[in-house]
Amino acid sequence: MPRFVGKSFKRVEDPRFLQGKGSYVSNLQRPGMAYVAILRSPHAHAKIVSIDASAAEALDGVVAVFKGQDLIDGGVGQLPCGWVVPELKLPERWPVIPDVVKHVGDAVAVVVADSPYIAEDALDLIEVDYEPLPVSLGARATTEYRAPQLHEGIPNNTAYTWALGDEPAMRKAFAEAGHVVTLDLVNQRLIPNAMEPRACMAEWHSTMEEMTVWTTSQNPHPIRLLLSAYTLGIPENKLRVISPDVGGGFGSKIFHYPEEVIVPWVARAINRPAKWVSTRSEAFMTDSQGRDHVTNVKMAMQKDGVITGLHVQTWADQGAYLSTFAPLIPTALSITLFSGLYKIPGIWGEMKGTLTNTVPVDAYRGAGRPEASYLLERVVELGAKKMGMDPIAFRRLNLIPAEDFPYQTPVAFQYDSGNYQGLFDKLEELSDYNQLREEQKAKRAKGKLWGVGVAGCIEASGPAPSALAGSLGSAVGLWESGTVRVHPTGKVTALTGSHSHGQGHETTFAQIVAEELNIDLEDVEVVHGDTGRIPFGMGTYGSRSAAVGGSALVRSAERVREKMIKIAAHQMESRPEDVYFDDETRNIKVRGATDEGMAFGEVALAAYTAHDLPPDLEPGLDETAFFDPSNFTFPNSAHLAVVSIDRETGEITLEKYVGVDDVGKVINPLIVDGQLVGGVAQGVGQALWEHGIYGEDGQLLTGSMMDYAMPRADHFPHIKTGRIETPSPTNPLGVKGAGEMGTIAGTVTIANAVMDALAPLGVDHVEMPFTAEKIWQTIQSHSDS
Amino acid sequence: MYPANFKYVRAGSVAEALSLISSEDDAKFLAGGHSLLPAMKLRLAEPSTLIDIGRIGDLRGISYGSGDEQDCIGSLTTHATIASSKLACALSEAANGIGDPQVRNRGTIGGNIAHADPSSDLPTVLTALEASIRVEGPGGARNIEAGDFFTGLFETKLEDNELITLISVPREGSGTSSAYAKLFNPASRYAVVGACASVTLDGGTITQARVAVGGLTPMAIRCKGVEAALEGSTADAIKGASSNVVSDVGDDILEDVHASAEFRLGVIPVFVARALQSACDRASG
Amino acid sequence: MGVNVTMNINGKTHSVEIAEPRMLLVDFIREEIGLTGTNIGCDTTQCGACTVHMDGMAVKSCTVLAVQADGSDVATIEGVANDGVLNPMQQAFWDEHGLQCGFCTPGMIMAATKLVEGNPDISDEEIRHGLEGNICRCTGYQNIVKAVKVAAQAA
Repeated sequence: MPRFVGKSFKRVEDPRFLQGKGSYVSNLQRPGMAYVAILRSPHAHAKIVSIDASAAEALDGVVAVFKGQDLIDGGVGQLPCGWVVPELKLPERWPVIPDVVKHVGDAVAVVVADSPYIAEDALDLIEVDYEPLPVSLGARATTEYRAPQLHEGIPNNTAYTWALGDEPAMRKAFAEAGHVVTLDLVNQRLIPNAMEPRACMAEWHSTMEEMTVWTTSQNPHPIRLLLSAYTLGIPENKLRVISPDVGGGFGSKIFHYPEEVIVPWVARAINRPAKWVSTRSEAFMTDSQGRDHVTNVKMAMQKDGVITGLHVQTWADQGAYLSTFAPLIPTALSITLFSGLYKIPGIWGEMKGTLTNTVPVDAYRGAGRPEASYLLERVVELGAKKMGMDPIAFRRLNLIPAEDFPYQTPVAFQYDSGNYQGLFDKLEELSDYNQLREEQKAKRAKGKLWGVGVAGCIEASGPAPSALAGSLGSAVGLWESGTVRVHPTGKVTALTGSHSHGQGHETTFAQIVAEELNIDLEDVEVVHGDTGRIPFGMGTYGSRSAAVGGSALVRSAERVREKMIKIAAHQMESRPEDVYFDDETRNIKVRGATDEGMAFGEVALAAYTAHDLPPDLEPGLDETAFFDPSNFTFPNSAHLAVVSIDRETGEITLEKYVGVDDVGKVINPLIVDGQLVGGVAQGVGQALWEHGIYGEDGQLLTGSMMDYAMPRADHFPHIKTGRIETPSPTNPLGVKGAGEMGTIAGTVTIANAVMDALAPLGVDHVEMPFTAEKIWQTIQSHSDS
Repeated sequence: MYPANFKYVRAGSVAEALSLISSEDDAKFLAGGHSLLPAMKLRLAEPSTLIDIGRIGDLRGISYGSGDEQDCIGSLTTHATIASSKLACALSEAANGIGDPQVRNRGTIGGNIAHADPSSDLPTVLTALEASIRVEGPGGARNIEAGDFFTGLFETKLEDNELITLISVPREGSGTSSAYAKLFNPASRYAVVGACASVTLDGGTITQARVAVGGLTPMAIRCKGVEAALEGSTADAIKGASSNVVSDVGDDILEDVHASAEFRLGVIPVFVARALQSACDRASG
Repeated sequence: MGVNVTMNINGKTHSVEIAEPRMLLVDFIREEIGLTGTNIGCDTTQCGACTVHMDGMAVKSCTVLAVQADGSDVATIEGVANDGVLNPMQQAFWDEHGLQCGFCTPGMIMAATKLVEGNPDISDEEIRHGLEGNICRCTGYQNIVKAVKVAAQAA
């Protein structure tokens, strides 16, 4: 029986956070530190004619002011793109813009001062003469004839095109279709808004010519790689990147940002530690944003409602530049999921990655998969409606049967495992679905707008294997490293290349290692986020940590275990095959022997004293594994929401939410439920409130939390969760990703509930977010029908 | 985000505050700071001098009147204090919906109305309640009716060298009550539209109705058309009367990223009706 | 133009000459006193990460000047636990998994502590309304509400 895996443990990292002892980058100080502030473009598109920084430079307490050309002359490189699809046209992107700014918030000049207050004063004293240029906006509109062009050599503002699937099968499906449903939709721009604003601090050790960079990153090793190979040019062996406690990421802290180049460059230039902390206002105009797809979707069905074809065309707004993983999101993380939970033979997805004068768009929780689920589950909903079928019955008709796994879709992926009918069984049971529909009849009879929405969603998490990622455009491998280091006293340090910024790895990974080594949870210390301590790592995103990072630790722990068995067998004069880790005593014993065997610590000490090791066995007890899974994992879900709409004002109340998920084996149910519920809240946020709105001049009109509606406590009912488990065969833990499913499912579940509520008025579709005004306008325009 | 620098002086009394505002260049009063400091952090306001009036004890607290006397609210009284007070129902109801608990603990009624944000709740309530605002300046004190005090978008009758000291609101006797209803901006918690109603009932007949709206207009507006249609009627007339708000508010309707003018105008009758209904329920209960 | 500011923070009196009166209370606490548990999450008095107690009331320390708090009693997250022993609110957040990234947590705990004072039977609805000044991006608030309810009864 497992002692740790599968059980809820309180998080070991919590006491420090609960007492205000988290070491976030903004809390860190170095002696003699200077403060960096960045002057940002107020224009969405403009030529920098001149910059006069003399008044700022003269201000008492200002150390230096740097312009874009200063950094270029000082050797910085352009920010690279780490996902290169075929025929990608890569825009130029300097950390500080020397010539033409392309979105509001582009860095124009850098102030270094003795205090952050003075640095901000100095920004006000820099005079920049801009020559405004015409602005291009809109994922699709930016590709149109006469749209202002952003970058030389990128005609029609189109950085790339991509397509995937079986086009002939799609054409055949539509030619033979009994019914076709079509939908035009927008998946709106979102602002990630992790609660901790980004920050970066750097210290140059001039005698050793070494640089240490502290940055709020989800993946310090790739940042070090990019800093070294592209932007800063300091050799990797002279560069240490530390991401200590990071206050949430949701994708927005994956990317290599200009400030991660600027701050260490400044620290070296002035030979003083330097720190920059983003304000929330800066975060709104510089953190990579999410979604922003314009899509046309068509679905073909047979006369009986069996889905046979899907044709999707998407224009994905990538913002002004291609952020680190931008081209991945609408391509290999979105089109590949168009099959959803269904058996659809003819799928063809086409998309264009386009450029506009807005903040770059990249992964945001779910990243491409919410967009796929949204378009598919909206059009499936319309299919059910067209067939006059109950939405769950219609889905059940089309689900991939449990016996078909592994299931090869027409869009590249092979699903690992699942029981999709079982998801809906559980959902119907947990939500009392039939009763809800009865209740709805009664409410509708009284004229109430009351909707029940369901959605069934698929996710691909833990992108793998590296060879496949490479063939899809990845510039990096997507394996993970794990080191298990048993110290001579028997205490264990587990080093992981994954990064925890809220996910609870220090607990979950300790559970994994303690389980493998048959020791106490308290005896395992998990270390992450420091390139100076961890061999290498790819970081945390795409719900990969447990499946890939956790598995790497399983592998390294297995190696430690094997070595300990060899040592113990040698010392107890027995054969390794007769030696085992005894669950009851926690000792390492010889099968059939009556003695106590050896304690874990005794074997550990023996490995280090090396006085009596088996021949050919090296001393020490420190194993590293690099785990590259054979496939993604495919978490799946069925969610349900109940909403009521105030007919007079258009306000929506979320009355009930139930989510059933299959995330494979669960290591810590408490943490997994926390991820699912938190994810749902973010999904609901997109459906009901959140919207990054740009004005015609490219100004972000929802540029603060006064205007961008963040979900709050009083917006939600109790969210009920349920699970079924089909273990993933692609990793030793049997786990699937759990971090993003809530978000993927939450948005479209709410959308379907709102449309169900509005169905009596003859409404098929409304664009998100469903603000009171949008719903009110919809009710007004449909109330006479 | 940091405010630009300023000179800071603390006033111990109203007289000292008034003397300082006359002698300092480009000075502003600082009360709770929950309108002024956010603007200063964004450098939308850069006063040279801040005169901190926050410690003038005389300006803090509520003194309840008796009989026909009015209730008097010191201008430094916080929203939290008002929210848990026995003042007119609409006032405590509106105060309880301002911002959030922490904001209500610092934000003051005087600072709020001096700022005159069109989306703020209190101007609407004070206008409906026919509150009186006492301001003191170098030339002495004067009382301004709330209905006259707000003159436009972030504009009031308050002169630069005057200080709000007291707000008087009528007591709600038997048969009189009030209510405030608003459509929350989900981001800021300000009112997209807000409506306040005060009614006096006599055996089911509305003998007096006072209605004001805000959020959709540059300043709170008293709705005489709604009131006229109600006086002498019963609560059954609420729905019909509330539609008069559309003509009461005139043509200058605000429009922004949160709501169109059409929407604001479309839903304001609903909130007027809800405030009226709630006020009637309370007055008869 | 230095200004002298005296504050009792977590039971200890600090008298500090600050260079400029514009220093925000949150910067005073973080930079001058070195208590970095109080976080800054926004610029517009929305997120509540900087919530501390000032003279017994929960306030957003990003929207108070240090000079306004001169002479006040201030309590921050660092003063909540007693010699490493968590108080009931902290313990409940831990037991109920009421935090993930931990960034909003100090402000959330300071706000919640005041919310439940004298209200052991606080309802879910009151808790949700009472926490509207604190934004959490991770948890969806569910376990926070649970924790606050448990703590209210334990206190």
